[in-house]
Amino acid sequence: MRRNISFTLNDKPVELVVDDDRMLLWVLRYDLGLTGTKFGCGEALCGSCTVIVDKDAVRSCVTPIRDVARKHVLTIEGLSAEGRLHPIQEAFLNHHAFQCGYCTSGMILSAYALLLKGAHATRAEVIQHMDGNLCRCGSHTRIVDAILEAAGAPKGGD
Amino acid sequence: MRGDDWNETVEITTGKSTEVSRREFLQLAGAGLFIFFATDPTAISQEPSRLAGRPSYPTDFNAYLRIGDDGRVTCFVGKVELGQGSKTALAQLAAEELDVSLDAVDMIMGDTDLCPWDMGTFGSLTIRQFGPVLRGAAAEARAVLLQMSADYLRLPSVEGLQVKDGVVTWAKDERKRVSYAKVVEGKRIERHLEKVPVKLVSAFAVIGKAPRRKDALEKVTGTARYAADMTLPGTLHARILRPPAHGATLKDVDATAAEKIPGVRVIRDNDLIAVLHEQPDIADRALGLMRAQFEPAKRGEDQRTIFDHLVKAAPPLQMVDEKGSLADGEKLATRVVEETYFNSYVAHAAMETHSAVATIEDGKLTVWASTQTPFPVRQQVAQAVGLAPENVRVITPYVGGGFGGKSASRQAVEAARLAKITGRPVQVVFDRAEEFFYDTFRPAAVVKIRSGMDAAGKLLLWDYRVYGAGEREAKQFYDIPHQRTQSSGGWGGGNPAGLHPFAVGPWRAPSVNTNTFARESHIDTIASKLGRDPIEFRLAHLSDARMRRVVQAATGQFGWKPAPAPSGRGVGLACAIYLGTYVAAVAEVAVNKNTGNVDVKRVVCAQDQGVTVNPDGSRQQIEGSITMGLGYSLTEEVRFKDGAVLDRNFDTYQIPRFSWLPKIETILIDNPETPASGCGEPPIVTMGAVLANAIFDATGKRLRQLPMTPERLRRLTLVTTTGSEARGD
Repeated sequence: MRRNISFTLNDKPVELVVDDDRMLLWVLRYDLGLTGTKFGCGEALCGSCTVIVDKDAVRSCVTPIRDVARKHVLTIEGLSAEGRLHPIQEAFLNHHAFQCGYCTSGMILSAYALLLKGAHATRAEVIQHMDGNLCRCGSHTRIVDAILEAAGAPKGGD
Repeated sequence: MRGDDWNETVEITTGKSTEVSRREFLQLAGAGLFIFFATDPTAISQEPSRLAGRPSYPTDFNAYLRIGDDGRVTCFVGKVELGQGSKTALAQLAAEELDVSLDAVDMIMGDTDLCPWDMGTFGSLTIRQFGPVLRGAAAEARAVLLQMSADYLRLPSVEGLQVKDGVVTWAKDERKRVSYAKVVEGKRIERHLEKVPVKLVSAFAVIGKAPRRKDALEKVTGTARYAADMTLPGTLHARILRPPAHGATLKDVDATAAEKIPGVRVIRDNDLIAVLHEQPDIADRALGLMRAQFEPAKRGEDQRTIFDHLVKAAPPLQMVDEKGSLADGEKLATRVVEETYFNSYVAHAAMETHSAVATIEDGKLTVWASTQTPFPVRQQVAQAVGLAPENVRVITPYVGGGFGGKSASRQAVEAARLAKITGRPVQVVFDRAEEFFYDTFRPAAVVKIRSGMDAAGKLLLWDYRVYGAGEREAKQFYDIPHQRTQSSGGWGGGNPAGLHPFAVGPWRAPSVNTNTFARESHIDTIASKLGRDPIEFRLAHLSDARMRRVVQAATGQFGWKPAPAPSGRGVGLACAIYLGTYVAAVAEVAVNKNTGNVDVKRVVCAQDQGVTVNPDGSRQQIEGSITMGLGYSLTEEVRFKDGAVLDRNFDTYQIPRFSWLPKIETILIDNPETPASGCGEPPIVTMGAVLANAIFDATGKRLRQLPMTPERLRRLTLVTTTGSEARGD
């Protein structure tokens, strides 16, 4: 159904007239021009399209836009405030926790959701939390190390 | 080099035929010093001669450096950044030889209007082949700039001049200083690289270091642009009607329901039927409403029957390598072992699907494409839309993974055709099912090995036949007096029609995953039959010092304790040569005999790639290879039937996940005297065999078919006979 949907996107109010069953991914990328969120599989199987809705990591490729009405959506573009990188971005940068970079936005936002739940995640918790995010280049070990660093865990800690 | 030419605006250093085009080119390119060079003469000669008329480039080089009057160094090269870090490593090479900071080097890559012709980015060639010439070009530039600086500073010669961060200083009087920017101001100087000595390894300041990747900031902030991120005003998104199977033909299509959606446009252009809309998801919805009837494909092979078919339908075996006499070997052998190995089709499955955006303005077509081969794509696109190649520009932004799968670029041609028909920008992005359907899979393959040894356990007979995988690195590197290696078919074309039910092509380290799996598994089989430790047995047949060194480095770091397999510990080794790079890996696994699950606990990998340009980048590639290699070894296998590809997404096609991760340890052998070879592919070739050998060591059962799925392992560990020819299927 075509209707008016309003939500907060990266701390700014957004109001759209849109078919409310369209998936958030397409609205973000092509209606709102935020292309940092990527299409990978279309069926919530890879995590490339992960964004934060309120405090949870969700797969925007299977999230109808009506589900985010009146909620807070955070995308990779909103993570660094006033040109300053978020610590999780800093950690990805320092560890070179990416190669092609296509899964990276989704990885960072999935990790951000874990950090929101409280710091000091263990290695096992990080691995479990991230298991639905796929990376074909094989940057996994660096991604885990980066998340542990951002979470303030001692190196190699589990 | 002559020292009296500096005041000329343009110096033409090559023959007349290219003079005009160089002048035109330089008008486009602005002021500065230009060094033109060829990455590989054979690569140059591959450019179709009819493209040579392109106005901006002579044909005797395929890359160049510019040192501009803003002090920036720009390298123009047709290679692309797929994630392998070449944008950073290449810039390091230029910065090193020019004595400028890495930040002062810009890389312009994969743009057919700005970069000279290049055949494509594959085969770990970027550093191995292009690296030395880029260094030479940068060294030449430095020599020219020093001479210009000496003239500028009114010094008799370049003696005593030093360079740091692009500023030239005279050692005897530091007030005598001038920047590269200043000396090229208002000039256009051109050099064609002949041969210039490059820096000695001991003088390296930038090579061998691990600076922050040049793509890092963009990639962690989501601002890195990939082909599908090129959003142009008025873009139409196309979804294309696809057959249900390779070989199925369209009988009838009814677009009535799709066309009822407001804003939807259906285009039929011969074989291309597309549904377009300003929103991709609405185009997709409309595609779902198309009523199409297809004539099914003929009955064909599936993933079980394919192996017999491959051997039967394969072209004649070609000789790859031969030594001694097989007949003599047969006579001398007191024991002969025969085995057959099988490998499955695997998908590239890059996270970014094939994507392209095309637009036509004033008769010029521009295509942004996720591709490993921008120049061949330009040619294909030009042909498809009936434009001259010089009126087609292919731009390659960041590519979200290639692994060989983005050499084929059907999506770019489709986007271009639709842009021409509609007169609007058109975006084509494959969904995951299209990505699997049109992938150029790594070919399934069969390897038959017959080996023999004497009573002392000395290998003296080796007869190796590979069907389907290709001959790359099929050649034996163990010391065996009587041997023959033959190959039939492969990934690179030339296969008889119908050999494979779909397209096949290069997949990270093409041929070599299969050849290494078979060779290194078989060597382990023999060692086990002889009751010998697999490392000791290998070293007894290895005289190549570089190979011995990587084997010893990996086993040393692992803490290998000699014992014949199966020892119950779940440890194994595999080693290989890949295009000049030596690699050995040791793995430790735990096998759950009830579920068939394999838990890879630890992988130690030693690699000798000659000079290491960027150690952190190399380690990234090794870690990535090992992680990716878990997939083709343990789970990845394309299932198909009668031309249909049954795997359509990541639910059934399982690629490696965080929870599979072993502890990975990498050892880079210090070997600065050997030129740099590739590092992005070699370690992945060891993964099939190193895990097969470790699984055998754990269970006493050997799987001769990849992937070693839990189901196959369960079947193998539950059967009571040894099943020496069983492939677990």
